[in-house]
Amino acid sequence: MTRSVPAVDVESAARLVAHGMRPKALPARDPGYADLVRRYREDDAFADTVQRVASGLGLVVLAVGPASGLVLAAVEDSAFEIRMDEYARRTVLANRQADKVMHGLAHLAVAALAFPRADDLADDTYVGRVSVDQVDGAVREACRALSERVAGTAEADPVSDAPQLEEVWRAWSRRPEATATKDGRAGEATTRGIVGKALRFLAEQGFLVPVGPDGVYRTTPRYQVQVRELAAQRTFDELLALGVLPAAGPDSLAGVAGV
Amino acid sequence: MQTGVPRAGDGGLARRLKALACTAPLHDLDARKSRLDWVDAERYQMAEIGLQAIDEVTLAMDFDHGAAQPDVVRRLLPFIGAHAPDAPVEEHERVGRWVIENLINVGSLDRGFAVDYGSVTADGRYVRRRFDFKLLVELAGPDGEVYLRTSDEAINVLVGALDTDVESAQVAAEVKLENLISRGLLGDARLAAEQARYRTVQYAEALRQKLDATRRDVRSVDWLAAVPALLDEALTHIEGRYRAETAILDHIATARDEATEPSRRRQAAELVGVVRDCIQRHTQLQTRLQEAGAVFRAEQDRQQFAGRPRRAAIDVFGQLLRPCLALHVATAVEPTAAFFRAGAGVRVPSVPSLGGLVETLLAPPSDRDPLGEAVPVPELAPAAPDPFGAERWGRVDAALPAAGKAVRLSTLLAQARAADPDLPRLVALRVLHAVGSAVTTARTQGDAELLLAVDDGTVLRDAEYGGADLLVGTAEVL
Repeated sequence: MTRSVPAVDVESAARLVAHGMRPKALPARDPGYADLVRRYREDDAFADTVQRVASGLGLVVLAVGPASGLVLAAVEDSAFEIRMDEYARRTVLANRQADKVMHGLAHLAVAALAFPRADDLADDTYVGRVSVDQVDGAVREACRALSERVAGTAEADPVSDAPQLEEVWRAWSRRPEATATKDGRAGEATTRGIVGKALRFLAEQGFLVPVGPDGVYRTTPRYQVQVRELAAQRTFDELLALGVLPAAGPDSLAGVAGV
Repeated sequence: MQTGVPRAGDGGLARRLKALACTAPLHDLDARKSRLDWVDAERYQMAEIGLQAIDEVTLAMDFDHGAAQPDVVRRLLPFIGAHAPDAPVEEHERVGRWVIENLINVGSLDRGFAVDYGSVTADGRYVRRRFDFKLLVELAGPDGEVYLRTSDEAINVLVGALDTDVESAQVAAEVKLENLISRGLLGDARLAAEQARYRTVQYAEALRQKLDATRRDVRSVDWLAAVPALLDEALTHIEGRYRAETAILDHIATARDEATEPSRRRQAAELVGVVRDCIQRHTQLQTRLQEAGAVFRAEQDRQQFAGRPRRAAIDVFGQLLRPCLALHVATAVEPTAAFFRAGAGVRVPSVPSLGGLVETLLAPPSDRDPLGEAVPVPELAPAAPDPFGAERWGRVDAALPAAGKAVRLSTLLAQARAADPDLPRLVALRVLHAVGSAVTTARTQGDAELLLAVDDGTVLRDAEYGGADLLVGTAEVL
């Protein structure tokens, strides 16, 4: 089916996409943006145009709402995609793989602590709170629980000549949580340094907003959408492909204790 | 039975090797001290200082805090000073810091130690494993400061009770203590009492970890079985300890009173102090144990459980984070990277203008001297001194009219010329500057007064200067 779209509508659609690329822009603060969001929700033809503009740029529209605005995600290998190599640039080469995993894990842990229960992720009105302390502490606690599982067995210590076969929890718990540096800042290679970097980065991306002076952040609707509609799902699929999770829908697992 | 053949499940060998490994960093201190170029290190027994440092940190550890590194160094100073009394205090401090940094292993990424050991698998294969351990651990306090705590390994090295269970070590220490006292070996009794105290610290540490985890997420801690068991165990332990220590206190008091030898009396008196401290620690732990249940109930209320999910969503912690932690590092690269790529949002690439890019690409590469450009020798010229000097400025300040009065420039010039032939020039410049002074600027600067000069049409008749005979006045800025 072909149908003609007025050029002015294409311009409006592109403007809405441009708003979505500004991480901190919110419909509530910009009447023009709010109008476009309303139009997207009411006018199917316009919504289609917006999706096509985004798709042509290598983007996917995750959600459009009055609170979150237009939430975009980059498709793989798109020019808008943020690569881990760029994010964790300042890592020691010898430790590259473990460092990348730890940076990725920090992002996963921030989302896990921001939305501690499946309901929190599903509930649009939920606002999570996270801090470095909380995230690192919870990951360490999870690592400790895993270490208790192997304590006393032959598996209590990793095999020494195969670092890539070491479990992630070992790498995390071995890394110091903080180091005293000369200028009083937390060391960058420490777990608290890695989590802090993730929180600052997410705040820059408009996913978190700092509240109060103690390094506490609250989540934005954008972040919830991003985690719920894309990130969690992709990771779930990856884990499913690795055979780590039982091949069942996420729903059937949600209520099972300890899963 | 054949000997010399490795057997599967021979945990004793691995345990002893690990215990041995914990002492290696202490031996290393003495092995490496000769490489220090800033100190004559032969005079210092570094391993002794290391043990003393671990001791100090452990004793400073209470329920909430550890020891700040400078505090530990300060407490070590008398001990280090005894090794080389004539060396300056700065050197003692530096030695203390060096020992502590080495026990943390500051140079390494993970700030810890590792040792390889072999174990035999069930099918008879020899597998080399790595044992990671730490002695002093840096932790971030609630105030953001970094402080030190001793690891369990370090406590075990310190008390010499390698590879023993907390509970049984406690009982053994107690029995030993009573024996020692009855046999009059008070020096050893003190050691045993201190060992008992370390055990209590370990209990407190275990409880602290559980409570911290509970505050984060009630569900992460097993409050149905594991924690009540720990609480019960710790309470029973405290009950037993309290009875035993009160009895010991009686014993020592008797030993102290009956002892005739002064050194024995002193030892007994010191031991009374140690045991009192133990009792205090137990009371502290008991208070925490009693509060633990309340913490759980409060946290459960706070992290209230809602009903069923309104729509299907993934439990990020349980379904993604925990499985990822259990993966091998190499396997975990993909899932964690996938989460990052999908969860990090979009970035707007910065694109240079095409014209600019073409020009940049076409420009011939500039040859760069590896040494960089020659540093030009600056030409130095003598700076002209202030032609007037502070004294003349002061005199002009005094000569200018006070607030509310106005004077003619000609009068000021005449007065100045009478005092000093160079002064009229400065007067003229100051007055000229005052023509059209902006009141708003003076106000924003917070000046109290403002010099103003106004031309009312009168012509200046002067030998040196020409122009208008300005009216000069000082106005207050309100």
